[in-house]
Amino acid sequence: MIDLAIDKTKPIDLSVDKSDRKEKFLYMAFMTFFLLAFPLGYKMGLMDLSTMTLWGRYFCFVIAAIGVDLIWGYTGVMTMCHAFFFCIGAYALGMYMTIENMPAGAEVPDFMKWNDVNSLPLFWLPFKSAIGAFLGGLVAAGVFAGVLGYLIFRRKIKGVFFAIITQALALAMYLLFSRNETMLGGSNGLTNFRYLFGFDLHSENVKIGLYIISVIVMALVYWFALFLTKSKFGKILVGIRDSESRLRFTGYKVVNYQTAVFVIGAIIAAIGGMLYLPQTGIITPGRMDVRASIEMLIWVALGGRGNLKGAVVGTLIVNILYSVSTSLIPQAWPYILGLLYIAVVLYPNNGVTGFCSSVAEKVKSITFKKVSYAENK
Amino acid sequence: MLKINNLNVSFGGIKALDIDAFQIKNNELRVVIGPNGAGKSTLMDILCGKTKPCGGQALFEGENIIGLSEYEITKRGIGRKFQKPSVFNGLSVFDNMLLGLKSKKGVFSSIFYRLSSEQADKIADVAKRVGLLEHLTKPAGELSHGQKQWLEIAIVLLQEPKLMLIDEPAAGMSDAETYKTGELLCELSKQNSVIVIEHDMHFVEQIAQGMVTVLVRGQILTEGSFDDVKNNQEVIDCYLGTPGSAQTVSR
Repeated sequence: MIDLAIDKTKPIDLSVDKSDRKEKFLYMAFMTFFLLAFPLGYKMGLMDLSTMTLWGRYFCFVIAAIGVDLIWGYTGVMTMCHAFFFCIGAYALGMYMTIENMPAGAEVPDFMKWNDVNSLPLFWLPFKSAIGAFLGGLVAAGVFAGVLGYLIFRRKIKGVFFAIITQALALAMYLLFSRNETMLGGSNGLTNFRYLFGFDLHSENVKIGLYIISVIVMALVYWFALFLTKSKFGKILVGIRDSESRLRFTGYKVVNYQTAVFVIGAIIAAIGGMLYLPQTGIITPGRMDVRASIEMLIWVALGGRGNLKGAVVGTLIVNILYSVSTSLIPQAWPYILGLLYIAVVLYPNNGVTGFCSSVAEKVKSITFKKVSYAENK
Repeated sequence: MLKINNLNVSFGGIKALDIDAFQIKNNELRVVIGPNGAGKSTLMDILCGKTKPCGGQALFEGENIIGLSEYEITKRGIGRKFQKPSVFNGLSVFDNMLLGLKSKKGVFSSIFYRLSSEQADKIADVAKRVGLLEHLTKPAGELSHGQKQWLEIAIVLLQEPKLMLIDEPAAGMSDAETYKTGELLCELSKQNSVIVIEHDMHFVEQIAQGMVTVLVRGQILTEGSFDDVKNNQEVIDCYLGTPGSAQTVSR
């Protein structure tokens, strides 16, 4: 590579190396497996439909976790309101589905009628159309994150202070969405959906379809995030994490980069939320409470921060554990989560993926030693 | 190229810096020495936009840079190397230099950035000059202390600044490394102006081809050639100490 650098005819190329190819293979294998194996497994009767939908929901969480990893793992900004952005997406689609699923002749959903509201509030109107709901959700999350992020980052607020501000915001939003006056169903949230774009959500094929869409969107989001982290933009994000002042005095407007990654992360989370809703059938403010955002941090930390694979692996591990433990011993879950939290604090930075790669390296070095020892003999 | 008039800064009522006049010419290498708390680093902090002064002017190529933000000052051609080596530990040496490279620094241009071959050559060239060519793919966190200092100089250098502010480059370096750093700085001053803060008098002797400024308690005590300063009774009293003490020139 160094020779290439001096050779004027060839630019330095750092993108193509062996680990890259291996990563690409892993990526393809992972995505193909979930794209084919689960639907085939179901068709052959090896697994039931609800398990597949459950995995579809996991993948929505994975999408959100990728956003958290970009903001926290790469840029070092601890965001504690990410579940709120996830819910913005879910609520946006939820509003559309609420209108779509209203009984014929009804002007407003039931929960509004109970509050003596007889015409749709103004902010519901864009969500009457599907495109409005999709765009509305993404734009709302992006604009919210952009304004909030810019105002905070402009003051050079970071670290624990940023975490506290966003946490307070998550709580405020939780309280706001819980109120009936907000016209979003209060603490009951939005539910009772049967149809989405005319498709029956209870039908088997629609469920499989939603699962497959989840996998594909996750693949696309992952690919996009990977592209970002490999670009100069991604390196600048790591630069912010490692030495913000060095970066500032190298001529970068750090606030723009922080805001940009915050917006990107928020939009990614909203995408996850939009896919989550039709597979779950309900969205309540409980999804955006403070604990939900902290759990997202645990997913990423457990998998390994600053490593997109880590976000995927960590999210899947925690959620599978959650499903297993709540069906076997429901009371044990808070303890398990607590233990995971301690593990994450005790072994920071590396997470599961870091642990695996260090084990792999050790194994490699041992075998290498054996080989060289044998050669010396 | 740089002209400072009546610059003063106070921290909590204590005057940290009070400079009546200070000038740097093109392609000059100026060494600033002085005891701890003399205001040397504060001077650099003001010049690069980190600290806002209470009053005064700093004209860089005729334009007052006081009150400009860090990135605006950087854009005008002032580069800063910090006392504590600050590099991006999680990135490779090459990527560290890539971030330093003079180019568009907006969000969109960085997302779709592609390295041109001239830029790659430039990085390789600078890497060679600071002796990091063999370490380009290594994570910066794994470099030795001295190598980190060089890497940071390289980052500043790649910005192609007209004025480089270099704060204690030789701190924590071995004698051989220090000497090499001195050579590098002398070479740099052929293309840009350089201000160096330093404590190590042997190192100062090596690099001080022109003027040396002595700062004491925020004020300029004297300016002159290295020999003038070395033999100045006031400087000896305030800073260098008597022959035989720790910071003496003749060991």
